Amino acid sequence: MHAVVTENGKPFKFSDATRKEVEAIIKRYPEGRGKSALLRALHLAQEENNGWLSVSAMDEVAATLGITPIEVYEVASFYSMYNLAPVGKYVLEFCHTGPCAIEGAEKIIEYTKLKLGIGKNQTTEDGLFTVKQVECLGACGYAPMMQVGEFFHEHLTEEKMDAFIEDCRAGKIDKGTWKMH
Amino acid sequence: MARKLLLGNVHVEGINTYEVYRKHGGYSSVEKALKKMTPDEVVEEVKKSGLRGRGGAGFPTGLKWSFLAKPEGVPRYLVCNADESEPGTFKDRYLMEKIPHLLIEGMITASYALGANTSFIYIRGEYSWILFILEKAIAEAYDKGWLGKNIKGSGYDLDLYVNIGAGAYICGEETALLESLEGKRGNPRIKPPFPAVKGLWQCPTVVNNVETIAAVVPIVNDGGDEYAKIGIDKSTGTKLISASGNIRHPGVYEIELGMTVENFLYSDQWCGGMKNGKKLKALVPGGSSVPILPHYLVTKTAKGDQRLMTYESLADGGFESGSMLGSGGFIVYDEDQCIVRNTWNFSRFYAHESCGQCSPCREGTSWMEKVLHRLENGQGKMSDIDLLADVAKKIEGNTICPLGDAAAWPVSAAIRHFRDEFEWHVKDPQGCMQRNYGLAHVPIENQLINA
Ligand SMILES: Cc1cc2nc3c(=O)[nH]c(=O)nc-3n(C[C@H](O)[C@H](O)[C@H](O)COP(=O)(O)O)c2cc1C
Ligand code: SF4
Ligand code: FES
Repeated sequence: MHAVVTENGKPFKFSDATRKEVEAIIKRYPEGRGKSALLRALHLAQEENNGWLSVSAMDEVAATLGITPIEVYEVASFYSMYNLAPVGKYVLEFCHTGPCAIEGAEKIIEYTKLKLGIGKNQTTEDGLFTVKQVECLGACGYAPMMQVGEFFHEHLTEEKMDAFIEDCRAGKIDKGTWKMH
Repeated sequence: MARKLLLGNVHVEGINTYEVYRKHGGYSSVEKALKKMTPDEVVEEVKKSGLRGRGGAGFPTGLKWSFLAKPEGVPRYLVCNADESEPGTFKDRYLMEKIPHLLIEGMITASYALGANTSFIYIRGEYSWILFILEKAIAEAYDKGWLGKNIKGSGYDLDLYVNIGAGAYICGEETALLESLEGKRGNPRIKPPFPAVKGLWQCPTVVNNVETIAAVVPIVNDGGDEYAKIGIDKSTGTKLISASGNIRHPGVYEIELGMTVENFLYSDQWCGGMKNGKKLKALVPGGSSVPILPHYLVTKTAKGDQRLMTYESLADGGFESGSMLGSGGFIVYDEDQCIVRNTWNFSRFYAHESCGQCSPCREGTSWMEKVLHRLENGQGKMSDIDLLADVAKKIEGNTICPLGDAAAWPVSAAIRHFRDEFEWHVKDPQGCMQRNYGLAHVPIENQLINA
């Protein structure tokens, strides 16, 4: 685990609304089983911390759930959706598994990386884009595809990627939210 | 007309809302179970239906339910497996997105049958928007009195919650899922004890797939015998198939079990045949974990019988010449696809997803990935092919959970059926990287000329 404590030196704290949301989720479980809220709490912390989990954010989650920090670190490092280092504003998560691969995923990923001038797990200098390659996202019949925030973008083509990147640059892309809808 | 028990109303405008769902007969299975049936009678109907788990293993659902331990004073749980991460599988997503109330209804009826007063749906983290679709549907169900205390005056209480994952295929394995639901890493548990005895928080637990739980709705509505009339042998009812790959109409289909593979693959009503006039090269019928079938074993078994979309027929011939229905992830490959590359791709997937607890799986999956990578990139040796087969054999059956087998089977099957293509990668790596791959079992010389 490449732990980054905080990005800007300020400790992470949940916003009041999110803390309330986490506390409501903890109450769903039997007495003493609030740890079951951990995965969801980490998603919420990640969203409030610009898309990644600093040590400080994980410690805040531990304190909110009343568990030890190590219980949070070991979970955060196990699951691939948690980013343990800073990421761009838009994280483009491309599926590169079999069914997408035979429908041209590799080509579209290469195209995007070249266009943005970055490699896998890298972020553009303007801080806008990070490219991740992930395993099957359950969209195999609508390949190739990528996920950005809450949304799936399917049947990708180079033209669609061009338009999407333009829209991101223009600030038009909504990533959705982990907050209760 | 093919009967549709789950997706029959999927195209009805607004079926994702409570009102429309209810107007089309929604929640009638809950009404019937709670008012007219004892929990054991519901279990009995599920047994009669012959329903088998739709998550991949195909274990009879009624039997599984009857194993649930019922010690006094200990809560029991029903957990729905909505982790759906098996490559090639996207049916549960479709069902939950389009008819969320069908899953909620199934959860209530099934929870009643099992005597669970709290139940959970565990959904993969990447389906975050579906988490909110489900939570909205659950809120509607509470609001209309289908969840909560004393449901519809029956005296039965049920709370239902959704838990979310965060990107780990292994959390689809039922004991890893329970670990994850408890807020831990998804490390599968050693069995026994089975979840039916010690599951969530060490309490008796049943874990069922989304589609399995949804199927309880028509079973209770129409009776188990009616359900069992559809299908052949021990493959009863309907099955959702996620079709992907080089076909004309990829998508999610509800089929009656027993249809021929030929009809499903080539008929315009279903997959619509191969795209761009290409030839069929291979089929993975049940998600990335099941053995691949070469084109000549797809529509016919080795004995020459019609291959059917059933658990038995797809497995006909064992691992020599058969495969498995698995999760119904139907992946179709045309003549341009490289089997070595696809096998490498799947191996990379399993190496990435191994939880790392047992050495045969942790080391073996990475080793297979490395060897396949060098074969695919023209740096392999002839002896690598046997090495691969050997590593696969050593993983199989020697691990805590079935992920090890799931990683080994596709490799063994690819070598068994497409050995000449692996050899071709060693003998002529250049040619292999530049040309169309052709069908298997065509002499290599001809493949090169035709390409
Ligand atoms: C590595 C692995 C991944 C699995 N993934 C899933 C999954 O995503 N969804 C699912 O329903 N079952 C999955 N299963 C099967 C479950 O362990 C379990 O058998 C199933 O949820 C039981 O439900 P069913 O009887 O209704 O099929 C997986 C099994 C293994 C070994
Ligand atoms: S077989 Fe693999 S995934 Fe399963 S417990 Fe062992 S190491 Fe983990
Ligand atoms: S293989 Fe890409 S979504 Fe399934």
